[in-house]
Amino acid sequence: MDYFIELFFSGLTRGSIYALIALGYTMVYGIIGLINFAHGEIYMIGAFTALVVSVALSIYNFPLVAIFVLTLAAAAVWAAAYGYTIEKLAYKPLRHAPRLSPLISAIGMSIFLQNYVLLAQTPDFLPFPALIPDFAFMEPVSHIVGSSDLAILVTTAIIMVFLILFIKFTRTGKAMRATAQDRTMAMLVGINVNRVISVTFVIGSALAAVGGVLIASHVGQINFFIGFIAGIKAFTAAVLGGIGSIPGAVLGSFILGLTESFATGYISSDYEDVFAFSLLVLILIFRPAGLLGKSTTEKV
Amino acid sequence: MERPVKISARDLRNGLLTSLWFMFLTFPLLVVRADPIEKTITWRWPNMMYVGAATFVIYLISRAWLAHRHERFNRAARVDQPAARGAASSLMSRPRVIMPLLGLIGVVALAIPLIFSTYQTNIMITALMYVVLGLGLNIVVGVAGLLDLGYVAFYAVGAYSYALLNLHFDIGFWTALPIGALLAALFGILLGFPVLRLRGDYLAIVTLGFGEIIRLILENWNEFSMGPSGISNIPRPGLFGLELDLGQSITYLYYLMIGLVLFTIFVVNRLQNSRIGRAWFALREDETACQAMGIDKTRTKLTAFALGATWAGMVGVIFAAKTTFVNPASFTFLESAIILCIVVLGGMGSIIGVILGAFALILLPEYLRALADYRMLVFGAVLVLMMIFRPQGFIANVRRTYTFGEKQEGA
Amino acid sequence: MKLTGVPASLFSALLLTFALQTASVAGTIKIGVAGAHSGDLASYGLPTVKAVELVVNDLNAGGGINGNPIELLIEDDVCKPEVATNTATKLVSQGAHVVIGHICSGATKAALPIYKDAGILVISPSATNPALTQSGDYPNFYRTIASDDAQARTEVDFAINVLGARKIAVIHDKGDYGKGLAEYAKTFIQQSGTAEVVLYEGVTPGAVDYSAVVQKIKRSGADAVIFGGYHPEASKIVTRMRKKKMKTLFISDDGVKDDTFIKVAGKYAEGVYATGPTDVTSNPITIAAREAHIKAYGKEPGAFFDNAYAAALAITNAIARAGSTDSAAIARILTTQEVATPFGNIRFDDRGDAIGIGFSVYQVRDGKYVQVR
Repeated sequence: MDYFIELFFSGLTRGSIYALIALGYTMVYGIIGLINFAHGEIYMIGAFTALVVSVALSIYNFPLVAIFVLTLAAAAVWAAAYGYTIEKLAYKPLRHAPRLSPLISAIGMSIFLQNYVLLAQTPDFLPFPALIPDFAFMEPVSHIVGSSDLAILVTTAIIMVFLILFIKFTRTGKAMRATAQDRTMAMLVGINVNRVISVTFVIGSALAAVGGVLIASHVGQINFFIGFIAGIKAFTAAVLGGIGSIPGAVLGSFILGLTESFATGYISSDYEDVFAFSLLVLILIFRPAGLLGKSTTEKV
Repeated sequence: MERPVKISARDLRNGLLTSLWFMFLTFPLLVVRADPIEKTITWRWPNMMYVGAATFVIYLISRAWLAHRHERFNRAARVDQPAARGAASSLMSRPRVIMPLLGLIGVVALAIPLIFSTYQTNIMITALMYVVLGLGLNIVVGVAGLLDLGYVAFYAVGAYSYALLNLHFDIGFWTALPIGALLAALFGILLGFPVLRLRGDYLAIVTLGFGEIIRLILENWNEFSMGPSGISNIPRPGLFGLELDLGQSITYLYYLMIGLVLFTIFVVNRLQNSRIGRAWFALREDETACQAMGIDKTRTKLTAFALGATWAGMVGVIFAAKTTFVNPASFTFLESAIILCIVVLGGMGSIIGVILGAFALILLPEYLRALADYRMLVFGAVLVLMMIFRPQGFIANVRRTYTFGEKQEGA
Repeated sequence: MKLTGVPASLFSALLLTFALQTASVAGTIKIGVAGAHSGDLASYGLPTVKAVELVVNDLNAGGGINGNPIELLIEDDVCKPEVATNTATKLVSQGAHVVIGHICSGATKAALPIYKDAGILVISPSATNPALTQSGDYPNFYRTIASDDAQARTEVDFAINVLGARKIAVIHDKGDYGKGLAEYAKTFIQQSGTAEVVLYEGVTPGAVDYSAVVQKIKRSGADAVIFGGYHPEASKIVTRMRKKKMKTLFISDDGVKDDTFIKVAGKYAEGVYATGPTDVTSNPITIAAREAHIKAYGKEPGAFFDNAYAAALAITNAIARAGSTDSAAIARILTTQEVATPFGNIRFDDRGDAIGIGFSVYQVRDGKYVQVR
């Protein structure tokens, strides 16, 4: 039974990380219909910024709590700034271009950012300081669930709640939903669509950065390439749940995380990704628009 | 003729703001370098100056360029249509220009192995392989409008079918070529079935997953594929049992590729204008309307996948023969992305565009070797810039339109 | 079109290129250096370039080999087989006489037939795949590193005979190097008869988290883990194991016997065993090479530096003694005469493996690798 619980929690931890990244994918997709391949890179940049900031702060002997808060904030701010800039530079000029052009632009941006970090920082793996301390109250169960697993789960849950409240009740959130539904119509009722798109990128990037900091601290190392696999997995999760849907992205992420964890635990990690992708294919066969995605009937 | 573009004080101010923004943006990664092991930090302030200055200059240049383009666009709109069509495309449509041009390209292409070193020829083979891959993917993405992010899977199927058949049954290149193509087509149909109902980006992720699954199986199933250590000593293509040395066999492979490219262009061109080709175009433009016109959607989609995959299978066989070694590391998602970039960069649906795209994207990194570490950085930037300045690709695919009153020029 | 004129002029162009290629042979000796010099594996390839540069600069300062200056042709292959064939043809086209490289086994396998056809001798500092020397397919190949099976043998013997492990989990990174090593380790354990393989699994490099695999190791009741792969994955697995308070022994390979592993895994690295080339830090050549590197580049040398230094010394020495760049002559010297390298005096056997380069087992103690056997 212990084994099952351990696998369950490691699946949840994975799922939470996927969710934090998948939200950015799904929000951006919902609003401008673009698979933002550079999103995984934002996650990586967030983690790298956090590394730089935390090392700098620890040199100046800041207390651990302050380091944690400031690092997280800095990562979110800079990742958001990158997200904002990338949208303005690489996607905005392409808003009326053929459908695949922004996708190629995104792939180019992804390659560019990876190599930018490689050159500006280092191609080697770097140790990432453990920002999440080992909580004393977790000691009795630490062989099953680690402190960082718990911290990731709790942080993700809090962020989800806030995000859903934000989307549901604030003016900006409503504007985002309206833009997602019908961009032209949103413009007609006086919504500043460009601003809404920018806000979406800013929020999505900040969330990815939080995910980056948490997972880097959990795993204890980073390099310039970590965004790639995380990005692909998160994208898979977003599609699984129905791309464009926020609860869908969360659900898809947890299903993916748990599948991978249980498949590794009970079958073999050799084919971990094969299981993940097969599950995706299977679900899409029966629900072609993902679990919570709306399958629209086209009117002719 | 051209009026010089003025840069206003406003532009200067905005330029300054932009450069400040970029200095802020690149601050933590480009200015600071942290060493978490020694717990030290290096400050690289000059980098900040470079970023600021470079951004400022680039901003002003792009302002000037945009203003210039705006003006030209306005003027073109006033003067009326013809000028906007661009000299290149009207030149291209004239047989008196195109025939000698094609002849020249043909002569140069045939002469390359004789003039240049084996290294240059070898690179040209790679470029030609990607031309065929691009043309194959173009059937799926450009013509039928099905976004395929796992095209590399079929490439892998081709490469491994030659490698394995040769290993176990000692089957030669020429026998393996059609078998590889056929197997790839089969896999195309295999992929096609589950994704029949999927649209757009759902299709994209499933194809991506399919590509990864194939690679992972090759990586993990040692008994079948020899796993990650790969299969070596795959023979190069034979020429009636003649013994060829390295230079000769590269030359031979080169002419083989030229032949395959010509064959591909011929077939793809005929396909596009055939009944099934029209059906693909219809599918791309509007699935529902296409179905309403009585086109069998299932069959159309499956043929697109199968015929697209065929070319990848063939090139895969050639890949195995060229490198004489295959392992799963050659068939990653990045490879699919590069082939897709070739199709989009060249101009979706356009054969000449895809050819240009392949040459640009394969030769660029090869000749950028001098830039060493900056090579991939430049490559990424070029992709983004190309899309911004020419979102429709090198050659925009001009849809065949029928108009009254205009007589067609003699063919 | 004047069809008659074209072939004639082409033919003369062809002759010209051949003439150019052969003309340069007499003067300089060209040594190709190929490996991953950019991208994510650059840290494995660049130290080789530096090692070769140091050796060659020394020789050139003293007038080259037998009065002929040495020229280096440095080419990147990003560790990809398909790029490696281009790299190899480029080096052949440029008239390289010998090649030091490639770094990764896959790229080496793809490139070797090209060098073989061109009659060029290749010496690799790091390609460990057993088939490279044992298959007999590549008579032009030599290396200054022991092969994977020798390494796996060392690991398994140490785990069973010294550490007394009876239940062993074999984990690998699904890569060329890691999985190859793990396969051998698995076979050797099964052959031993005293220990059993309780788990054989591959992990996905770069995956966000290895908790599930670590739990599986725990459940398997293994008393030792043998990991085949590189240090990023190893440090993730070890960290997770120790955080879960597992005391399972961790034994790994040359890809982990790297100071970066200790730096990244920090305190969790303590007690980890790794095999690596026998300790040579007291060898005067090693000391001199290291000092020269620090003087020239301002930092400690990286992965495979010693092996590359040895390769460069062996090959330049062989050219000097043979008095020519003829492959057969060089090969004769390599296999018959000993040369002083960072690993002591070595020569090569008929298959191309270095005699005198073996593996030892190290353990991390107080943040440093200490040779234990």
